[in-house]
Amino acid sequence: MLPVSYYVGLSAVLFAIGALGVLIRRNAIIIFMSIELMLNAANLAFVAFARVHEALSGQIFVFFVITVAAAEVAVGLALIVAIFRNKQSIDVDQMSSLKG
Amino acid sequence: MNPVLHPLTLVTFFPLLGVLVLLFMQSERKNALRWTALITSLITFGISMWLLAGFNAQNPDLQMVIDLPWIQVAGWNISYHMGVDGLSILLVLLTTFLTPISILSTWTAIEERVKDFMLFFLLLEVGMTGVFLAQDLFLFYIFWEFTLVPMYFLIGIWGGPQRMYAAIKFFLYTMAGSLLMLLAILWLGIYQGTFSVPELIAKGGIPADIQLWLFLAFAAAFAIKVPMWPLHSWLPDAHVEAPTAGSVILAGVLLKMGTYGFVRFNIPLFPEAAVKAAPWMALLAVIGIIYGAAVSYAQKDIKKLVAYSSVSHLGFVMLGLFALNPQGIQGGILQMVNHGLSTGALFLLVGMIYEQTHTRDFDVYGGLWKLTPIYGTLMLIVALSSMGLPGLNGFVGEFTILLGAFGSESIGSPWYAGLATIGVILAAVYMLYMFQKMFLGPEGSVVEEVKKHGHSIKDLNWREIVTLVPILVLIFWIGLYPKPFFALMAPTVDKLVAAVQAAAVAMH
Amino acid sequence: MLLSEIATSGPDFFYLAPWVVFFPVIGLLINMIFGGRLGEKAVGGIASTASGLTFVVAVLLLISLRTHHEGATVLLAEWISIGELQLDWAFRVDTLSTTMMLVVGGVGTLIHIYAIGYMHEDVRYKNDPGRFRRFFAFLNLFIAAMMILVTGDNYLMLFVGWEGVGLCSFLLIGFWYEMDTLAQASTANAMAAKKAFITNRVGDFGFLIAGMIMFWAFKSVQFDTVFEAAHHVAEHNPGVILAITLFMLLGVAGKSAQIPLYVWLPDAMAGPTPVSALIHAATMVTAGVYLVARSAPLYTLVPQAQFIVAIVGGATALFAATIAVGQYDIKRVLAYSTISQLGFMVAAVGMGAFVAGMFHLVTHAFFKALLFLSAGSVILGVERGHHHAAHGHHHDDHAHEHNEVFDPGDMRNMGGIRKRMPLTFWVYIIGSLALAGIFPLAGFWSKDEILAEALSLNFTVYILLAVAAFFTAFYMGRQVWMVFFGEPKHEAAEQAEESPPVMTVPLMVLAALSILGGALNLPGLGTFTHWIEHTYEKFHLHLHHGEFNITVAITSTVLALLAIGLSWVLYGRKAVTQDQPDPLKRILGPVFVGMENKWWVDELYWAVILNPYIALARFTADVIDWRFWHDWFHDKVIAGTFQWVSRTLLDRWFDQRGIDGFANGLADSTKELAQWLRGIQTGFVRNYALSVFIGVVVILGYLILQ
Repeated sequence: MLPVSYYVGLSAVLFAIGALGVLIRRNAIIIFMSIELMLNAANLAFVAFARVHEALSGQIFVFFVITVAAAEVAVGLALIVAIFRNKQSIDVDQMSSLKG
Repeated sequence: MNPVLHPLTLVTFFPLLGVLVLLFMQSERKNALRWTALITSLITFGISMWLLAGFNAQNPDLQMVIDLPWIQVAGWNISYHMGVDGLSILLVLLTTFLTPISILSTWTAIEERVKDFMLFFLLLEVGMTGVFLAQDLFLFYIFWEFTLVPMYFLIGIWGGPQRMYAAIKFFLYTMAGSLLMLLAILWLGIYQGTFSVPELIAKGGIPADIQLWLFLAFAAAFAIKVPMWPLHSWLPDAHVEAPTAGSVILAGVLLKMGTYGFVRFNIPLFPEAAVKAAPWMALLAVIGIIYGAAVSYAQKDIKKLVAYSSVSHLGFVMLGLFALNPQGIQGGILQMVNHGLSTGALFLLVGMIYEQTHTRDFDVYGGLWKLTPIYGTLMLIVALSSMGLPGLNGFVGEFTILLGAFGSESIGSPWYAGLATIGVILAAVYMLYMFQKMFLGPEGSVVEEVKKHGHSIKDLNWREIVTLVPILVLIFWIGLYPKPFFALMAPTVDKLVAAVQAAAVAMH
Repeated sequence: MLLSEIATSGPDFFYLAPWVVFFPVIGLLINMIFGGRLGEKAVGGIASTASGLTFVVAVLLLISLRTHHEGATVLLAEWISIGELQLDWAFRVDTLSTTMMLVVGGVGTLIHIYAIGYMHEDVRYKNDPGRFRRFFAFLNLFIAAMMILVTGDNYLMLFVGWEGVGLCSFLLIGFWYEMDTLAQASTANAMAAKKAFITNRVGDFGFLIAGMIMFWAFKSVQFDTVFEAAHHVAEHNPGVILAITLFMLLGVAGKSAQIPLYVWLPDAMAGPTPVSALIHAATMVTAGVYLVARSAPLYTLVPQAQFIVAIVGGATALFAATIAVGQYDIKRVLAYSTISQLGFMVAAVGMGAFVAGMFHLVTHAFFKALLFLSAGSVILGVERGHHHAAHGHHHDDHAHEHNEVFDPGDMRNMGGIRKRMPLTFWVYIIGSLALAGIFPLAGFWSKDEILAEALSLNFTVYILLAVAAFFTAFYMGRQVWMVFFGEPKHEAAEQAEESPPVMTVPLMVLAALSILGGALNLPGLGTFTHWIEHTYEKFHLHLHHGEFNITVAITSTVLALLAIGLSWVLYGRKAVTQDQPDPLKRILGPVFVGMENKWWVDELYWAVILNPYIALARFTADVIDWRFWHDWFHDKVIAGTFQWVSRTLLDRWFDQRGIDGFANGLADSTKELAQWLRGIQTGFVRNYALSVFIGVVVILGYLILQ
């Protein structure tokens, strides 16, 4: 059995890739996918630690995350489609109407 | 007795019924509105006659008393306490008598917002009657302040060009004085434990120095209303700007509220202070008499002349009241009625000619007697009554006042009455000046002026004569046979004088 | 009352006394209400009947008094009753009041009848026939008021009449209120009326003060009560009686036109002539004399007051007589003559010669009414002549008629009238001789009685009166020469016409009375003396009985004849016209100018009293009351201060800068902070993500490094 640090390390790498993607990419779908990546990094860490501590709560949490992520995808993609219809673009840097 | 059907409640609040009816009427039906108001006020007058029929002139105390608890919290004893006695019966009658006359005088003079006018007028009657009947200081204060509101609108809406200035001045000036009175009323209510006037009088025992302050606080409110010199500055403005009916009520009744206040509250509540203040009040009264007469004479506006003559006449009333003897006080009360009648009639008469000429400038008048013999004759009678010609009402009041003041122990010197008698000469000077300027001499330019507009100056019509005849009857009646009038007040005044004299004796 | 009682005690008509007031009031009401539909004859007839009935009542009272000397008091109603003050409408019938009633009713009725004729023409000359009725209404009102005056049983009821007659005087002087005496549009008549009323009010002031002192001294103003207690009060407090009598004198001076208040009477001639005769000669102006006579029990207690009254009367008699000499208006001469004669009466009653004063009052009423009415007849006659003359000129001399204002009362326009108006001439002569005091006319007896009393009581007054009598004869002579003799000086006088019988019959009656009036109190008989004394018996007054003094009589007759002769020398031989000075002016020079200008007393009063009062009133009204008290103190100081406090101090400084400043400052700083903070809100999602990331890093860093 692999030591838990491997899983945590993978999870950290995945999370870092996701966070970097959110910060540097401008395509909304890519950002969306990066967020999914970060969520799954977290899922991975949950599952790993659940195994280590032999507690089911971590795995149950993962189910919640997956459900929420699915809902998020549905809403998020709908929003992106709506924005695309308006602006013919999904570049987040062109969307700054909330500027103070 | 049912408190709603009690005669005092009825006579005070009956006009409200008219108000209610008026509220549901169309404002375009002007004549119906006028008739409603007139009939309401006539019925009120009828009720006051009923009141008079039930009045026992022999009884010096309050009669037909109604006393219901009203606000009774935290040691405050405020009640709906009304009663009538010799001091107030004549003034109640004067109020209910002058109101229909004033309403009748507005028949053609008020054409705009007739409904509102009549509403305010009837409300004013409620307030005035209430002032004369209330025997609870708190209730009295409410009625007292209540009269300001309709009068404010009567001047402010239907008045002359400077009406807002006059209305606001009238309101604020009176209000300023009343607030001092309110303080004194609260002091009495709190420290004496009751607001009821008869109870307060019976209780007495207010230390002399406090009495003096309370006296002054009450006097402030009343002296402004009278108005005593030098607090008269609101009067010419209010009178000149007010519509005729407003002037009649203002001079006829509202000013009497001040003098009535003195005789109802100041003198019996604070007898020691009243005795002490008598020479000073007499001094102010005499200054007012002479000053008012001199200033009247120099006026160029007819209404202003009449307004200032009120300062002089009310000076006589004050002089009589503070003589603190039966002659002075009875004369003073009768003179209140007399002034209401003759000055009221003067304002009516001035209003009648103003409706035709639209000017009150003496210089354009002259020779009217030839054109309007009835008008001239009536004006002459009223002017003579106002200047105290024996045989007419003014003389009876003036003479008894002067006689009372001349021998008054409280005033202490015949000089005051002697100087006041000069006012009798001066009254002839300004009244005859007015009569001569308007009615004698060659025709004034106003006659031509009216002709230019395609009219001619007409003599009084039937409605106007009907308006004046009741006043003239009383002018002669009081002048020739004032006995019934004096009889109404004599026992009450005697009792009041006895109480004040007892206080004066105790002081020494 | 049983017949037998009447037989023994004589009839008693005292209960009729109030009717002397009721009759004229009824006449007045009838004329006021129905007069508009009645003709002039009916209106005049009703008024004259009303007046005549009062005379009938007075005669009945006279008959009753012959047997019931003590008289009676008829109570009509209570008037004012407050505490000790008890005033009644009570009519006092005694010989004194009945004398006055007879004079007022009798002379009054004659004048009413005369006025029917006079006013008929007067209202037509002045183009207002509608005013005929008003005249008679006023005249009846006057009779009623005068009757109240003389019958009142207390001082206050007397005062009702006193002011009432003053009112009638005002109304009748100002009867032609839109013109002057020459019928030109003017306020002159109205001003004269006002002057009369106000001057009288000054006198009334004295009367009122006297009444008030009296009430507090006696606790009553009823005649009997006061007179009975007078002795008692005088012992303890003589100053009170002196004060009462002197203040009363002021009232007397006002009503009876004595110095210093006589100035209104000459101007009162603005009234129609019957008014001058009735009110301003025969009756109203004698009210003061009556008042002193009525108050005899008071005056006799204070010799100082008596002395002052007598001196005032004597001085007035002489002073007014001098002015009469310098007048040109026929009625003005008579007016000053009236003042002078009233001076005689006041002097008499002042000295204590009450009977003599009252006697002169009666005879004077006869001959002065006669003189005034005849003067009215002359004026109307001249006016008629003027109209005739104007008609004659109508064709050729249009402009002349309209430009010239003709004065029918100016004696310098007259002359030679005795030929045109013989009847008027004769009665005028009778009146003049009676006034001048020529034996055996009425004036001789009454004036001599006064002079005889004066000689024994007060020599100063005797001298004053004797000189005044000389002047009287002189100015009457002057008037008669100027008016009736010589050649007419104006075509109006040339064509003057005699008056109708309705006017001349009363004149003849009065002329008869002026001749025979002296018989009332002939020396030795003293009918009138005994008659009047009944009034005073009750109070045990010791009246002075002046005996007929032959020296005095001869002296004054000689003086009068001398004066008439002198007037003939000056005026009888050569006519005086308007463009040449009076012959007396050449002799007296500046003195005559003084007489002509009434010694400038009116001007003096204007300068000393009236103008200062008007100026003071204007100053008080405009400057003190309006500009200082109304505009400055109230509008500027009170309202202005309030506005300054509210607008400037509280609103602008405290509220706007203080409270608003704090609240606004808070808002401003919040805003500035937000301005600064808004820079963070770029709107770029990635910026936000970065800041979240940095935040996470910082928090994690903090947690790790802790």
